[in-house]
Amino acid sequence: MELSDSALDHLRRVVALPDLSGTRYELESEIGRGGMGVVYAARDRVLGRRVALKVLDITPLGEARLIAGLEHPAIVPVYEAGTLPDGREFYAMKLIKGARLDHYVGGQPTLAERLRVIWRVGEALAYAHSHGILHRDLKPQNVMVGEFGEVYLMDWGVDAIAGTPAFRAPEAVLDRRSDIYALGALLRFLLRDPKPPALAAIAIKAMNMDPAGRYSEVTALLADLERFEQRLPVEAWPEPLWHRLYRFASRNAVLLWLLAAYTLVKFLIFFLRKF
Amino acid sequence: MNKIAVGLLFGLILGAIDGATAWFYPEVRPMLTGIMVGSSIKGMIVGLFSGWFARKVQSTSWGVVVGSGLGLLFAFLVAAMDAAKGKPHYLEIMLPGFVVGAIIGFLTQRMGTRALAGRRAL
Repeated sequence: MELSDSALDHLRRVVALPDLSGTRYELESEIGRGGMGVVYAARDRVLGRRVALKVLDITPLGEARLIAGLEHPAIVPVYEAGTLPDGREFYAMKLIKGARLDHYVGGQPTLAERLRVIWRVGEALAYAHSHGILHRDLKPQNVMVGEFGEVYLMDWGVDAIAGTPAFRAPEAVLDRRSDIYALGALLRFLLRDPKPPALAAIAIKAMNMDPAGRYSEVTALLADLERFEQRLPVEAWPEPLWHRLYRFASRNAVLLWLLAAYTLVKFLIFFLRKF
Repeated sequence: MNKIAVGLLFGLILGAIDGATAWFYPEVRPMLTGIMVGSSIKGMIVGLFSGWFARKVQSTSWGVVVGSGLGLLFAFLVAAMDAAKGKPHYLEIMLPGFVVGAIIGFLTQRMGTRALAGRRAL
Protein backbone atom coordinates (compact mmCIF):
# COMPACT_ATOMS: atom_id res chain seq x y z
CA MET A 1 0.00 0.00 0.00
CA GLU A 2 1.33 3.39 -0.97
CA LEU A 3 0.64 6.54 1.00
CA SER A 4 0.03 9.85 -0.72
CA ASP A 5 2.37 12.79 -0.10
CA SER A 6 -0.27 14.67 1.88
CA ALA A 7 -0.88 11.64 4.08
CA LEU A 8 2.88 11.32 4.67
CA ASP A 9 3.13 15.01 5.55
CA HIS A 10 0.27 14.62 7.99
CA LEU A 11 1.94 11.61 9.58
CA ARG A 12 5.22 13.51 9.89
CA ARG A 13 3.43 16.40 11.60
CA VAL A 14 1.62 14.10 14.01
CA VAL A 15 4.81 12.27 14.91
CA ALA A 16 6.60 15.58 15.48
CA LEU A 17 3.93 16.81 17.89
CA PRO A 18 5.16 16.93 21.47
CA ASP A 19 4.02 14.26 23.84
CA LEU A 20 2.29 16.18 26.62
CA SER A 21 0.92 13.14 28.44
CA GLY A 22 1.56 13.39 32.15
CA THR A 23 2.01 17.15 31.97
CA ARG A 24 -0.45 19.86 32.97
CA TYR A 25 -0.68 21.07 29.37
CA GLU A 26 -3.10 20.33 26.58
CA LEU A 27 -1.93 21.07 23.03
CA GLU A 28 -4.00 23.53 21.00
CA SER A 29 -2.13 24.63 17.88
CA GLU A 30 1.28 25.47 16.45
CA ILE A 31 2.14 29.16 16.62
CA GLY A 32 5.59 29.37 15.12
CA ARG A 33 8.69 27.49 14.18
CA GLY A 34 12.28 28.60 14.58
CA GLY A 35 15.81 27.32 14.49
CA MET A 36 15.71 26.16 18.09
CA GLY A 37 12.29 24.60 18.25
CA VAL A 38 8.56 24.96 17.78
CA VAL A 39 6.17 27.14 19.75
CA TYR A 40 2.66 25.86 20.45
CA ALA A 41 -0.40 27.38 22.02
CA ALA A 42 -1.44 25.13 24.89
CA ARG A 43 -3.87 25.15 27.79
CA ASP A 44 -2.68 24.87 31.35
CA ARG A 45 -5.30 22.51 32.84
CA VAL A 46 -4.33 23.28 36.44
CA LEU A 47 -4.64 27.06 36.24
CA GLY A 48 -7.10 27.11 33.35
CA ARG A 49 -5.13 29.55 31.23
CA ARG A 50 -3.58 29.52 27.80
CA VAL A 51 0.21 29.52 27.56
CA ALA A 52 2.88 29.44 24.89
CA LEU A 53 4.84 26.21 24.99
CA LYS A 54 8.25 26.17 23.38
CA VAL A 55 9.49 22.68 22.62
CA LEU A 56 13.21 22.64 21.92
CA ASP A 57 14.81 20.51 19.24
CA ILE A 58 18.46 20.84 20.01
CA THR A 59 19.15 23.61 22.46
CA PRO A 60 19.13 22.83 26.14
CA LEU A 61 17.15 25.08 28.47
CA GLY A 62 19.69 27.90 28.34
CA GLU A 63 17.24 30.36 26.81
CA ALA A 64 14.58 29.62 29.43
CA ARG A 65 17.07 30.15 32.24
CA LEU A 66 18.28 33.29 30.52
CA ILE A 67 14.78 34.79 30.28
CA ALA A 68 13.70 33.58 33.70
CA GLY A 69 16.53 35.62 35.19
CA LEU A 70 15.14 38.79 33.63
CA GLU A 71 12.06 40.47 35.02
CA HIS A 72 11.00 43.27 32.73
CA PRO A 73 7.65 44.36 31.25
CA ALA A 74 9.00 43.84 27.72
CA ILE A 75 10.44 40.37 28.37
CA VAL A 76 8.02 37.44 28.24
CA PRO A 77 7.82 35.75 31.67
CA VAL A 78 8.67 32.05 31.84
CA TYR A 79 6.22 30.01 33.95
CA GLU A 80 7.83 26.60 33.97
CA ALA A 81 10.54 24.52 32.30
CA GLY A 82 11.03 20.77 32.11
CA THR A 83 11.39 17.65 30.00
CA LEU A 84 8.57 16.03 28.06
CA PRO A 85 7.93 12.24 28.13
CA ASP A 86 9.39 12.09 24.60
CA GLY A 87 12.67 13.44 25.97
CA ARG A 88 12.49 16.87 24.46
CA GLU A 89 12.91 19.87 26.69
CA PHE A 90 10.27 22.57 26.89
CA TYR A 91 9.33 25.70 28.68
CA ALA A 92 5.98 27.40 29.17
CA MET A 93 5.64 31.14 28.98
CA LYS A 94 3.00 33.84 28.73
CA LEU A 95 0.98 33.62 25.52
CA ILE A 96 1.11 36.98 23.81
CA LYS A 97 -1.92 38.04 21.81
CA GLY A 98 -0.83 40.45 19.16
CA ALA A 99 1.23 40.77 16.02
CA ARG A 100 4.86 40.27 15.14
CA LEU A 101 6.55 43.58 14.40
CA ASP A 102 6.94 42.80 10.68
CA HIS A 103 3.15 42.26 10.52
CA TYR A 104 2.39 45.18 12.84
CA VAL A 105 4.03 47.69 10.48
CA GLY A 106 1.63 46.54 7.75
CA GLY A 107 -1.11 48.29 9.72
CA GLN A 108 0.57 51.64 9.00
CA PRO A 109 1.29 52.69 12.59
CA THR A 110 2.24 56.34 13.09
CA LEU A 111 5.85 57.40 13.54
CA ALA A 112 5.18 57.97 17.25
CA GLU A 113 3.83 54.42 17.58
CA ARG A 114 6.82 52.97 15.74
CA LEU A 115 9.24 54.93 17.90
CA ARG A 116 7.43 53.73 21.00
CA VAL A 117 8.20 50.14 19.91
CA ILE A 118 11.90 51.02 19.53
CA TRP A 119 11.78 52.61 22.98
CA ARG A 120 10.29 49.52 24.61
CA VAL A 121 12.74 47.20 22.85
CA GLY A 122 15.63 49.51 23.78
CA GLU A 123 14.59 49.59 27.41
CA ALA A 124 14.43 45.78 27.52
CA LEU A 125 17.87 45.54 25.89
CA ALA A 126 19.36 48.09 28.27
CA TYR A 127 17.93 46.13 31.20
CA ALA A 128 19.32 42.83 29.87
CA HIS A 129 22.72 44.42 29.20
CA SER A 130 22.82 45.70 32.77
CA HIS A 131 22.52 42.03 33.77
CA GLY A 132 25.30 41.01 31.39
CA ILE A 133 22.91 39.35 28.93
CA LEU A 134 22.82 39.91 25.16
CA HIS A 135 19.89 39.26 22.87
CA ARG A 136 22.06 38.32 19.85
CA ASP A 137 19.15 37.90 17.43
CA LEU A 138 17.12 41.09 17.45
CA LYS A 139 14.90 41.36 14.36
CA PRO A 140 11.25 42.26 13.61
CA GLN A 141 10.21 38.59 13.80
CA ASN A 142 11.36 38.51 17.43
CA VAL A 143 9.36 41.51 18.57
CA MET A 144 5.67 41.15 19.41
CA VAL A 145 3.26 44.05 19.76
CA GLY A 146 0.32 43.13 21.96
CA GLU A 147 -3.33 44.07 21.61
CA PHE A 148 -2.95 47.03 23.92
CA GLY A 149 0.31 48.28 22.46
CA GLU A 150 2.54 46.36 24.86
CA VAL A 151 5.84 45.27 23.34
CA TYR A 152 7.67 42.00 24.01
CA LEU A 153 11.14 40.98 23.00
CA MET A 154 11.29 37.26 22.26
CA ASP A 155 13.75 34.52 21.33
CA TRP A 156 16.79 35.55 23.26
CA GLY A 157 19.73 34.06 21.40
CA VAL A 158 22.13 31.83 23.22
CA ASP A 159 24.37 30.71 20.36
CA ALA A 160 27.40 32.75 19.41
CA ILE A 161 26.59 32.22 15.75
CA ALA A 162 23.03 33.47 16.18
CA GLY A 163 21.71 36.47 14.32
CA THR A 164 19.83 37.25 11.12
CA PRO A 165 22.05 38.69 8.34
CA ALA A 166 20.22 42.01 7.79
CA PHE A 167 20.15 42.70 11.52
CA ARG A 168 23.37 41.05 12.57
CA ALA A 169 26.47 43.12 13.33
CA PRO A 170 29.45 42.29 11.08
CA GLU A 171 31.88 41.51 13.90
CA ALA A 172 32.61 37.86 14.68
CA VAL A 173 32.49 38.21 18.44
CA LEU A 174 29.22 39.70 19.59
CA ASP A 175 28.94 42.10 22.48
CA ARG A 176 26.44 44.72 23.62
CA ARG A 177 27.35 46.94 20.67
CA SER A 178 26.18 44.14 18.39
CA ASP A 179 22.72 44.44 19.95
CA ILE A 180 22.96 48.22 19.41
CA TYR A 181 23.67 47.53 15.73
CA ALA A 182 20.55 45.35 15.55
CA LEU A 183 18.50 48.01 17.33
CA GLY A 184 19.67 50.54 14.73
CA ALA A 185 18.69 48.09 11.97
CA LEU A 186 15.29 47.71 13.62
CA LEU A 187 14.90 51.50 13.69
CA ARG A 188 15.84 51.68 10.01
CA PHE A 189 13.31 48.92 9.28
CA LEU A 190 10.57 50.94 10.97
CA LEU A 191 11.28 54.21 9.17
CA ARG A 192 9.17 55.08 6.16
CA ASP A 193 9.96 57.61 3.43
CA PRO A 194 10.43 60.46 3.80
CA LYS A 195 12.70 59.50 6.66
CA PRO A 196 13.34 62.27 9.20
CA PRO A 197 17.09 62.95 8.70
CA ALA A 198 17.79 62.96 12.43
CA LEU A 199 16.24 59.49 12.86
CA ALA A 200 18.04 58.15 9.81
CA ALA A 201 21.30 59.48 11.29
CA ILE A 202 20.60 57.72 14.60
CA ALA A 203 20.09 54.43 12.72
CA ILE A 204 23.25 54.97 10.67
CA LYS A 205 25.33 55.71 13.76
CA ALA A 206 23.98 52.64 15.55
CA MET A 207 24.82 50.52 12.49
CA ASN A 208 28.37 51.77 12.06
CA MET A 209 30.51 48.91 10.75
CA ASP A 210 33.11 49.80 13.36
CA PRO A 211 31.68 48.99 16.81
CA ALA A 212 33.65 51.89 18.29
CA GLY A 213 31.71 54.30 16.05
CA ARG A 214 28.34 53.16 17.43
CA TYR A 215 26.58 54.32 20.54
CA SER A 216 28.43 52.97 23.55
CA GLU A 217 25.21 52.02 25.35
CA VAL A 218 21.58 51.41 24.38
CA THR A 219 20.64 54.20 26.76
CA ALA A 220 22.73 56.65 24.68
CA LEU A 221 20.71 55.71 21.59
CA LEU A 222 17.46 56.11 23.54
CA ALA A 223 18.64 59.51 24.78
CA ASP A 224 19.14 60.59 21.17
CA LEU A 225 15.64 59.33 20.32
CA GLU A 226 14.25 61.31 23.23
CA ARG A 227 16.02 64.43 21.98
CA PHE A 228 14.42 63.86 18.57
CA GLU A 229 10.96 63.53 20.13
CA GLN A 230 11.50 66.73 22.09
CA ARG A 231 12.63 68.45 18.89
CA LEU A 232 16.11 69.00 20.24
CA PRO A 233 19.32 68.41 18.23
CA VAL A 234 20.46 64.79 18.20
CA GLU A 235 24.07 63.78 18.76
CA ALA A 236 24.15 61.62 15.64
CA TRP A 237 23.45 64.46 13.22
CA PRO A 238 25.22 67.83 12.93
CA GLU A 239 22.16 69.59 11.55
CA PRO A 240 22.45 72.40 9.00
CA LEU A 241 21.31 75.93 9.83
CA TRP A 242 18.06 75.69 7.85
CA HIS A 243 17.03 72.65 9.82
CA ARG A 244 17.94 74.32 13.11
CA LEU A 245 15.69 77.25 12.19
CA TYR A 246 12.92 74.90 11.09
CA ARG A 247 13.16 72.95 14.35
CA PHE A 248 13.10 76.16 16.38
CA ALA A 249 10.05 77.38 14.48
CA SER A 250 8.17 74.09 14.81
CA ARG A 251 9.07 73.86 18.51
CA ASN A 252 7.94 77.42 19.21
CA ALA A 253 5.18 77.75 16.64
CA VAL A 254 2.55 79.04 19.10
CA LEU A 255 4.89 81.66 20.52
CA LEU A 256 5.92 82.83 17.04
CA TRP A 257 2.27 83.10 15.99
CA LEU A 258 1.47 85.13 19.10
CA LEU A 259 4.41 87.47 18.50
CA ALA A 260 3.34 87.87 14.87
CA ALA A 261 -0.21 88.60 16.03
CA TYR A 262 1.10 91.25 18.46
CA THR A 263 3.17 92.92 15.74
CA LEU A 264 0.22 92.86 13.34
CA VAL A 265 -2.11 94.37 15.95
CA LYS A 266 0.36 97.16 16.67
CA PHE A 267 0.80 97.93 12.97
CA LEU A 268 -2.93 97.93 12.33
CA ILE A 269 -3.63 100.24 15.25
CA PHE A 270 -0.79 102.56 14.27
CA PHE A 271 -1.94 102.90 10.65
CA LEU A 272 -5.71 102.79 11.25
CA ARG A 273 -5.66 105.69 13.72
CA LYS A 274 -4.47 107.97 10.91
CA PHE A 275 -7.76 107.51 9.05
CA MET B 1 12.38 79.38 38.83
CA ASN B 2 8.75 78.75 39.70
CA LYS B 3 5.87 79.64 37.40
CA ILE B 4 4.72 82.67 39.37
CA ALA B 5 8.23 84.15 39.16
CA VAL B 6 8.26 83.40 35.42
CA GLY B 7 4.91 85.18 35.07
CA LEU B 8 6.12 88.21 37.05
CA LEU B 9 9.37 88.42 35.07
CA PHE B 10 7.81 88.12 31.62
CA GLY B 11 4.90 90.33 32.66
CA LEU B 12 7.42 93.02 33.65
CA ILE B 13 9.46 92.71 30.44
CA LEU B 14 6.57 92.38 27.97
CA GLY B 15 4.55 95.06 29.79
CA ALA B 16 7.49 97.45 29.58
CA ILE B 17 8.00 96.72 25.86
CA ASP B 18 4.26 97.11 25.20
CA GLY B 19 4.30 100.42 27.08
CA ALA B 20 7.41 101.55 25.19
CA THR B 21 5.55 101.26 21.89
CA ALA B 22 3.68 104.40 22.98
CA TRP B 23 6.81 106.20 21.76
CA PHE B 24 5.37 105.91 18.24
CA TYR B 25 2.52 108.22 19.27
CA PRO B 26 3.99 111.70 19.62
CA GLU B 27 1.05 113.04 21.63
CA VAL B 28 1.75 110.67 24.54
CA ARG B 29 5.57 110.70 24.42
CA PRO B 30 5.84 113.09 27.40
CA MET B 31 4.03 110.47 29.50
CA LEU B 32 6.11 107.53 28.24
CA THR B 33 7.71 106.69 31.59
CA GLY B 34 4.35 106.61 33.35
CA ILE B 35 2.85 104.47 30.59
CA MET B 36 5.77 102.00 30.77
CA VAL B 37 5.51 101.72 34.55
CA GLY B 38 1.73 101.26 34.40
CA SER B 39 1.98 98.74 31.59
CA SER B 40 4.68 96.81 33.47
CA ILE B 41 2.52 96.66 36.60
CA LYS B 42 -0.42 95.45 34.49
CA GLY B 43 1.82 92.80 32.89
CA MET B 44 3.10 91.66 36.28
CA ILE B 45 -0.44 91.29 37.64
CA VAL B 46 -1.42 89.23 34.57
CA GLY B 47 1.81 87.21 35.00
CA LEU B 48 1.09 86.63 38.70
CA PHE B 49 -2.36 85.18 38.02
CA SER B 50 -1.22 83.28 34.92
CA GLY B 51 1.68 81.78 36.87
CA TRP B 52 -0.65 80.77 39.68
CA PHE B 53 -3.00 79.19 37.13
CA ALA B 54 -0.09 77.36 35.46
CA ARG B 55 0.80 75.81 38.82
CA LYS B 56 -2.69 74.42 39.09
CA VAL B 57 -3.48 73.49 35.48
CA GLN B 58 -0.97 72.05 33.02
CA SER B 59 -2.42 72.95 29.63
CA THR B 60 -0.88 75.28 27.07
CA SER B 61 -4.27 75.96 25.46
CA TRP B 62 -5.92 76.89 28.74
CA GLY B 63 -2.87 78.93 29.72
CA VAL B 64 -3.22 81.00 26.54
CA VAL B 65 -6.99 81.38 27.07
CA VAL B 66 -6.66 82.44 30.72
CA GLY B 67 -3.68 84.72 29.98
CA SER B 68 -5.47 86.47 27.14
CA GLY B 69 -8.62 86.80 29.24
CA LEU B 70 -6.67 88.34 32.11
CA GLY B 71 -4.79 90.58 29.69
CA LEU B 72 -8.07 91.78 28.22
CA LEU B 73 -9.62 92.36 31.63
CA PHE B 74 -6.75 94.42 33.05
CA ALA B 75 -6.29 96.28 29.77
CA PHE B 76 -9.98 97.18 29.95
CA LEU B 77 -9.53 98.52 33.49
CA VAL B 78 -6.55 100.63 32.38
CA ALA B 79 -8.44 101.85 29.29
CA ALA B 80 -11.46 102.74 31.44
CA MET B 81 -9.24 104.78 33.80
CA ASP B 82 -7.71 106.46 30.76
CA ALA B 83 -11.17 107.18 29.32
CA ALA B 84 -12.24 108.77 32.59
CA LYS B 85 -9.45 111.31 32.12
CA GLY B 86 -10.73 112.38 28.70
CA LYS B 87 -9.96 110.83 25.33
CA PRO B 88 -10.64 107.04 25.34
CA HIS B 89 -8.09 104.58 23.83
CA TYR B 90 -9.92 101.29 24.31
CA LEU B 91 -8.76 99.68 21.06
CA GLU B 92 -5.13 100.83 21.39
CA ILE B 93 -4.86 99.48 24.93
CA MET B 94 -7.11 96.41 24.97
CA LEU B 95 -6.10 94.70 21.74
CA PRO B 96 -2.33 94.55 22.46
CA GLY B 97 -3.12 93.79 26.12
CA PHE B 98 -5.11 90.77 24.98
CA VAL B 99 -2.20 89.41 22.90
CA VAL B 100 0.43 90.20 25.54
CA GLY B 101 -1.71 88.32 28.08
CA ALA B 102 -1.83 85.34 25.71
CA ILE B 103 1.98 85.39 25.39
CA ILE B 104 2.41 85.56 29.16
CA GLY B 105 -0.09 82.71 29.59
CA PHE B 106 1.83 80.63 27.06
CA LEU B 107 5.22 81.31 28.65
CA THR B 108 4.04 80.45 32.16
CA GLN B 109 2.85 77.09 30.86
CA ARG B 110 6.05 76.32 29.00
CA MET B 111 8.61 77.61 31.47
CA GLY B 112 9.27 77.36 35.18
CA THR B 113 8.66 74.57 37.65
CA ARG B 114 5.32 73.59 39.07
CA ALA B 115 4.64 73.48 42.83
CA LEU B 116 5.32 70.17 44.57
CA ALA B 117 2.19 68.10 45.15
CA GLY B 118 2.93 67.75 48.83
CA ARG B 119 5.68 67.91 51.35
CA ARG B 120 8.02 64.98 51.41
CA ALA B 121 7.53 62.82 54.47
CA LEU B 122 10.40 63.00 56.89
